[in-house]
Amino acid sequence: MLEIVRQPWPWYTSGAVIAFVMVLLLFFGKSFGFSSNLRTICSACGAGKRVQFFDFDWRAQKWNLLFLVGAIAGGWISATLLAGDEAVQVSQATIQDLRQLGFSAPDDLQPEEIFSLEALFTVRGFLLLLVGGFMIGFGSRYAGGCTSGHAISGLSNLQWPSLIAVIGFFIGGLISTFILLPLLF
Amino acid sequence: MKGLKFILAGILFGIVMSKSEAISWYRIQEMFRFQSFHMYGIIGTAVVLGTLATYIIKKYKLRDYQGNPIVFTPKEKSVPRYLIGGTIFGLGWALTGACPGPMFVNIGHAYWSILVAVAGAIGGTYMYGLLRDRLPH
Repeated sequence: MLEIVRQPWPWYTSGAVIAFVMVLLLFFGKSFGFSSNLRTICSACGAGKRVQFFDFDWRAQKWNLLFLVGAIAGGWISATLLAGDEAVQVSQATIQDLRQLGFSAPDDLQPEEIFSLEALFTVRGFLLLLVGGFMIGFGSRYAGGCTSGHAISGLSNLQWPSLIAVIGFFIGGLISTFILLPLLF
Repeated sequence: MKGLKFILAGILFGIVMSKSEAISWYRIQEMFRFQSFHMYGIIGTAVVLGTLATYIIKKYKLRDYQGNPIVFTPKEKSVPRYLIGGTIFGLGWALTGACPGPMFVNIGHAYWSILVAVAGAIGGTYMYGLLRDRLPH
């Protein structure tokens, strides 16, 4: 049993569990949306004193911060107790394309070229993560949600705004993939 | 403890994102290059089952565990905020290979570099709060 769990999970089991988590949170009286946590963190750090957007009762969002803590713990459990062969089985076409940019074939979940400490201590590596993260935080709040809030919760509730947001996610993603990454690497 | 169920739900989320490799930069690259069905399969299954569950909850007016009706708040009708905000989000998503959830799951995997992206994301959220009134919504 544990052997099966340790292997990479097929997409349909993953999608089903994500839907289950969303429904679970609905039955807990909450809604699934991860990026709200970033706003909550700003507020908990005292940003509400300066900026009205953060002036709300962040304690009511404590449940979501607990969900965040659980997500970190889930990552840790996967990396230790449930760790399998961690090399990602991406398609040959992707490996070929990335090789042209100077990325070696995956031997882990994340590429050394971006996530190793050597890469982090270069100007390019540091700025890629910092600016990339900045756009994730700015963009998800501007759009009122991220992948969980729009692509999963929003689309499940047949919300047109979420579809527009998801189209935006892809416009940005394609620009990064086909224009920015080749410029950077 | 009242909060335990949220931690457990988070653990399940963290495990499923890890084991399905959705937290991997490579998988996000593969998705944006349209070279595999994997990520589309994950999101697609979640949306199809989620839509079904949402429909059932609404049709039978199901209640949460405390007996309160489950409500879905409709999103505001607007195009610019979703399109511009979404595009900015997508730029960051494909660069770092992480969206807000997986970003934190990666901390559990001890990919410490991701903390820089987390700091950036908190900074970006703060900047949005600062500029909010001047942005088209």
